[in-house]
Amino acid sequence: MFRTALRTVLAHKARLLMTVLAVMLGVAFVSGTLVFTNTVSGALENSSARGFDHVDVAVQPVYQEGKGDRVGTLPKLTDATLDTALHVPGAASAIGVVEGFTAIADKHGELIGGGFRSKGGNYWGDDDPRYPLVAGTAPHGKGQVLIDSKTAQRAGYRVGDTVRISVDGPVLTPTISGIFTTDDGNVTAGGSLALFDTATAQQLFGKPGSYDEIDVKAKPGTGQSVLKQQLDTALPKGLTQATTADQLASDQARAIADSMSSLKNGLLVFAGIALFVGTFIIANTFTMLVAQRTKELALLRAIGASRRQVTRSVLIEAFVVGAVAAVVGLVAGIGIGAGMHSLLGSFGSTVPDGPLVVTPGTVVAAFAVGILVTMLAAWLPARRAAKIPPVAAMSSVHATATTKSLVLRNTLGALLAAAGAGLVLVATTMSGDSGQAPMGLGAVLLITGVFVLTPLLSRPVIAAAAPVLRAFGVAGKLARLNAVRNPRRTAATASALMIGLTLITGMTVVANSMQLAVEKLAASAIRADYVVSMANGNDLSPDVERKLKATEGVTAVSPMRNAISRIDGATEFLTGVDGAAFGELTDLPVADGTFTVGGTTVVVDGDTAEDHHWTAGSRFTVSYEDGRKQELTVAGVYRANEMIRGILMDKDTLAPHQTDPADMQIMVKTADGPGDAVKARLVKAAGSNPAILIQDRQDISDGIARSVTLVLNMLYGLLAMAVIVAVLGVVNTLAMSVVERAREIGMLRAIGVDRAGVKRMVRLESLVISLFGGVLGIVLGVFFGWAAGSLAGDRLETYELVLPWGRMAVFLLLAGVVGVLAALWPARRAARLNMLRAITSE
Amino acid sequence: MTTSSFAGRTTAVAARATELSKIYGQGETQVIALDRVSVDFAQGQFTAIMGPSGSGKSTLMHCVAGLDTFSSGSVRIGDTELGSLKDKQLTRLRRDKIGFIFQAFNLLPTLTALENITLPMDIAGRKPDRQWLDSVIEMVGLSGRLGHRPSQLSGGQQQRVAVARALASRPEIVFGDEPTGNLDSRSGAEVLGFLRNSVRELGQTVVMVTHDPVAAAYADRVVFLADGRIVDEVYGPTPDAVLDRMRSLPGGSPRTPAAGAEGRVG
Repeated sequence: MFRTALRTVLAHKARLLMTVLAVMLGVAFVSGTLVFTNTVSGALENSSARGFDHVDVAVQPVYQEGKGDRVGTLPKLTDATLDTALHVPGAASAIGVVEGFTAIADKHGELIGGGFRSKGGNYWGDDDPRYPLVAGTAPHGKGQVLIDSKTAQRAGYRVGDTVRISVDGPVLTPTISGIFTTDDGNVTAGGSLALFDTATAQQLFGKPGSYDEIDVKAKPGTGQSVLKQQLDTALPKGLTQATTADQLASDQARAIADSMSSLKNGLLVFAGIALFVGTFIIANTFTMLVAQRTKELALLRAIGASRRQVTRSVLIEAFVVGAVAAVVGLVAGIGIGAGMHSLLGSFGSTVPDGPLVVTPGTVVAAFAVGILVTMLAAWLPARRAAKIPPVAAMSSVHATATTKSLVLRNTLGALLAAAGAGLVLVATTMSGDSGQAPMGLGAVLLITGVFVLTPLLSRPVIAAAAPVLRAFGVAGKLARLNAVRNPRRTAATASALMIGLTLITGMTVVANSMQLAVEKLAASAIRADYVVSMANGNDLSPDVERKLKATEGVTAVSPMRNAISRIDGATEFLTGVDGAAFGELTDLPVADGTFTVGGTTVVVDGDTAEDHHWTAGSRFTVSYEDGRKQELTVAGVYRANEMIRGILMDKDTLAPHQTDPADMQIMVKTADGPGDAVKARLVKAAGSNPAILIQDRQDISDGIARSVTLVLNMLYGLLAMAVIVAVLGVVNTLAMSVVERAREIGMLRAIGVDRAGVKRMVRLESLVISLFGGVLGIVLGVFFGWAAGSLAGDRLETYELVLPWGRMAVFLLLAGVVGVLAALWPARRAARLNMLRAITSE
Repeated sequence: MTTSSFAGRTTAVAARATELSKIYGQGETQVIALDRVSVDFAQGQFTAIMGPSGSGKSTLMHCVAGLDTFSSGSVRIGDTELGSLKDKQLTRLRRDKIGFIFQAFNLLPTLTALENITLPMDIAGRKPDRQWLDSVIEMVGLSGRLGHRPSQLSGGQQQRVAVARALASRPEIVFGDEPTGNLDSRSGAEVLGFLRNSVRELGQTVVMVTHDPVAAAYADRVVFLADGRIVDEVYGPTPDAVLDRMRSLPGGSPRTPAAGAEGRVG
């Protein structure tokens, strides 16, 4: 029996190819997803991995929650702490760690490492065990810096060169005193690392006299946990926390896994969709295979094969197909994973570099998916094959497919769809976060319901296309009738496209609406010509603001400076602005009172006002981070937006209470509006620092658009898979139909339909099925887009539904193209059908 | 140019095969299906083609009807020479000038009886001649079942739809390929009766391939084929006379199922 099955597999190469292709795509998608996520998480793990060789126990400060009027703080690890740690019995040595951001420019003034991976730190003493020097000596003072060997190599720096660096805005030009090697993952992943002597690092990073962490090395023979206990006892309780290196390593691994899980799940959803759709194709293919082989199988039965043997022969065939497809799919999947990784990398360095990771789990998943899904999909056709009566071998009559009633199916589908739609509608009335879960569930229910209902929907929807098809005469009419002839099959075929297009459309609707909302916001609330910020989102030194203010042609400048405070026993963030200039730089709608910021007069946003029951004229007491208090007056209540919210007060009022003021952003208005000349002057004023972004409103909009487009393109790429699977599905269905209708096609040819007419008929049927799936998908997608948008819109004032008609037309066109492409081969086959054989068979 | 005739029996020829040969394969495996066959099918005549299995009777019909190509010789339908036609022209010829009745009915299950009947005209994009259509439908007795689909009709009724389809477009010639092969004797007799009536009353030309002497006896003329050659013919046949001639043919046994060997398995 096995040999028979194997022969059959090999005897029909075209069919084999199609089945293998269908399974392969599913497997490739799943394994590609796994390879990609494993590779990215592996690289992330490496990039945030710090060697734990030089530390046995790490001491870190514990954040102190704000209480009463006291602002929440992070206790400082000082030299005293270091000293205490060093003197516990088990400690051999201790290093104070200082970390921060340091941008390094290459010889052309461009930023190395893209901003987010430009790191800085301290070199401990004259011989830091963490960073072995390969050239030069340890840095001393502000005029000297160490850079890592990879960065040095990349930029061509040597010991003694002067290098332009920037920590929080102003450009420094120290000399490279030495070059070190490091196994720091961030550097391995393409980042840069600059080291200063400890005092300089503390000063530059705004942490005078304190450390971020103290790494203690144990004496030989002292275990990590023993050392940890000693440190716990020696150091002040509650303010610091000692953690063993082993613990840190496992925490780190878990944190990385967590951060990867949502991306992984998202990708696996797509893989699941591809697989789900693939399953139908496989089932369709095997149905076709069994239909074509009715006689052969009946003959087997007639000469004595049992039902079980027939079933088994079909399943063995499925196994072979699945196994072959799994191997090919796995290889393709590894390719896809690698491709996605490098594609993402080319869009900017958001993904760390790293080797391709193929885990045994990926291999197992590929084979499980390939073989199990194929066999599962083949199981029903296999059972049907077993039911072929032996007499079918003798008779000429094809075993016709039973047309089971769709009543049960339709009832179930209607219930599911109604429940899903209801749930989604209810969810839109809820607030953002709480609505997410019911909306997700509702969406899944609705899609499943519509999927189950597709056979029912196919008749009216396709009937609606009748007037258009009439233009094609008999071919159009027959195409329409053939398309609704086997509703289950049409439904299974159209669903592939439907699901793909639902997702594409839904996401496009939300993304476009979102993008427009954010753009509107950026345009409406801000009058400033330029917004200056740090490339990596770090804070800017107040020095930058002073320099910008002094620039020729600048009329108004205001920083946005964050500070923490306690008001009425709760933590509130204060934003320090230039009270005089701020009104000129922004255009915030005022709901109550006036927009006046200056002295002890502040403005607050609606939410904050509501929380504290403030109106214009209310007075309240604020406790600053230095512990001092002040009474402030609310001049007005404004409507907040994504960029500006909370309590706005004059920076000069705030300044005395801040030890280390830093600006998130600086807004600049110029006399003549944005222009190349004024921008060049601003760039120069900011020290020609590549790490500082000087953006006009258009830049900000473009930036937002770019990030939205990037995400959308990624999704489109992923969904392209679903579309390819859909094409295969349509090809399969049509090929099956052509085979089954050979006699009809032969008759049509005999009574006067020419080859072109037959081709047209098959193509139109394909087009009708594809457009049916496309229309369903787009309608569902718009609904989901609207629903998801109304959730997101809760948090974004300017949000309103924007239907991307152009894109939607493109999607529908895409569905049509899918239909036409998929029909190429089956139509040719139908046209070349041997007419005489078809009409005279038996 | 054939002249249109007023008399029921004329010498005008609806279709003519001259020195028609059809050869499959080459060298040792060469099979001669038709061996220089020359035959005329007169207008307004009902001709039956008979012969044992493999005699070439179906091949002859397929070649004359423009369904199959031939190796040498010539075929004319009316005044059109088939040999020089491309597939597209052949298709148009079949559409406009020829009607077909098949053994397995070959109706489209998605269309109603009426839609099936008018299908050849729909394909051509022509409006059916209403009066003619009604008389054809009335003749085959389908008036009450025009809205039915083939699956709702019996075998006999389905073949009556097929007969109506073949006649509805007023073709120059109707070809039947074992039109009664799948029918019981009563339904078969009905269908043959319609074909004979169409010849007698409407002046239609009908050529039918059959292996059934009783069916052949409905024809005006029976042509006998054996080994790819015309070996005999009978005018005004009776079943017994046909059976006698069949017995005398080389290897002739009248009940051998025809064309089965050509059928594709599967």
